[in-house]
Amino acid sequence: MSDTELRVSKIRNGTVIDHVTGGQALKVLAILGIDGTRGESVSVGMNVSSNRLGKKDIVKVEDRELSQDEVDVLSLIAPEATINIVRDYEVVEKLRVERPELVKGVLRCPNRNCITNADEPVASRFDVVDSGVRCSYCSTIIREDIADHIDAG
Amino acid sequence: MRQDHLITATQLSRGDIEAVLDRAAEIDADPAAARERHAGRVLALCFYEPSTRTKMSFDTAMKRLGGETVDMGPVEMSSVKKGESLADTVRVVEGYADAVVLRHPSEGAAKMASEFVDVPLINAGDGAGQHPTQTLLDLYTIRENHGLDDLTIGIMGDLKYGRTVHSLSHALTNFDARQHFVSPESLQLPRSVRYDLHEAGAQVREHTDLDAVLPELDVLYVTRIQRERFPDESEYRAIAGEYQIGPEVLDDAKDSLTVMHPLPRVDEIAPEVDDTDHARYFEQAHNGVPVRMALLDTLLP
Repeated sequence: MSDTELRVSKIRNGTVIDHVTGGQALKVLAILGIDGTRGESVSVGMNVSSNRLGKKDIVKVEDRELSQDEVDVLSLIAPEATINIVRDYEVVEKLRVERPELVKGVLRCPNRNCITNADEPVASRFDVVDSGVRCSYCSTIIREDIADHIDAG
Repeated sequence: MRQDHLITATQLSRGDIEAVLDRAAEIDADPAAARERHAGRVLALCFYEPSTRTKMSFDTAMKRLGGETVDMGPVEMSSVKKGESLADTVRVVEGYADAVVLRHPSEGAAKMASEFVDVPLINAGDGAGQHPTQTLLDLYTIRENHGLDDLTIGIMGDLKYGRTVHSLSHALTNFDARQHFVSPESLQLPRSVRYDLHEAGAQVREHTDLDAVLPELDVLYVTRIQRERFPDESEYRAIAGEYQIGPEVLDDAKDSLTVMHPLPRVDEIAPEVDDTDHARYFEQAHNGVPVRMALLDTLLP
């Protein structure tokens, strides 16, 4: 049994997000909107040894299968991540993280004067550009620390 | 123009721009021919921020096309005061009008509003974002005075928050124009505008001092440096003072230099400049009517 498995037990049904850059696990949960309030069991391993990444994080969410759209959003903060969908302890599907063209309702625009931060019935929307993401409404570009702009609300 | 709405100058191709400017020139030459073109049509004016030129010239433009306007009036007197969202307001207003002109203090407001209406929506300024109709009249003025190709233009003042600058600089990438940006370091172009200019293949040449580039300019486009952008009055005065144009500053300029300003000015351009052959800012403001007539003529169904 490997060190990782010792720290983070196997799940019966759900999603395993592996090869997350060390220290990013909580941001992965935030970007997926997983905060435990829906009662799902969540296991997190942080800074465990990895041949590929040196240090990696691993996240296991029970009884929730991530969609491709949700997985793609992860590319913004965890482009190396691998996603395994587990049913009855078996990996039934492996999803690849692909860079989406658009990210909707996940990030908050850092421009306080952007219309998406006013009290309007509109979700934030960012176009994914080479150097980061760009607000579809006010054009503000976020290049660094995208995870800091995850909309926790 | 292929689009239903005019939200940002980045959506305008050279062909779009030239079509509007050509139509404006036709209207300018023979205003009477356009008099009844949009009789019975109604244009809604929704201005959440103060405006003189933009609002009055849209009003005049629609009336000179034979149409009518309905004005939301000041925000304090409207349902906005009761807490109505912009999305709801424009959905209501589109039922009263064939097109909507919107000015709003938030960046992205016009883009969002356009997603809630089926009638053409025209961005008349969204915070520090864009002001594409000002750009069209700016380009018209430049074309009348110099032509839009083989042009060297200096754009000076508040480049960070100046929405007229953001729209104009991008629109100029459709033409053979060399752009020089002159501003204090704290008011240089924002990252998003640089990104678009870079994507459009434009070279951004930035200066903190006008002197170095003034002699080569065909057009000097001056914008207002606003007091509220600085932490204190003394810093504002010191910086704003370095970007003021008086007749003596223009001694080193070409005789043919055109000085433009979207107005209102405070003291960026001394009144003495008004009497020189360089001054074109009042002509520029007057061009708002034929250009907006041409735009409405293009966008109205």
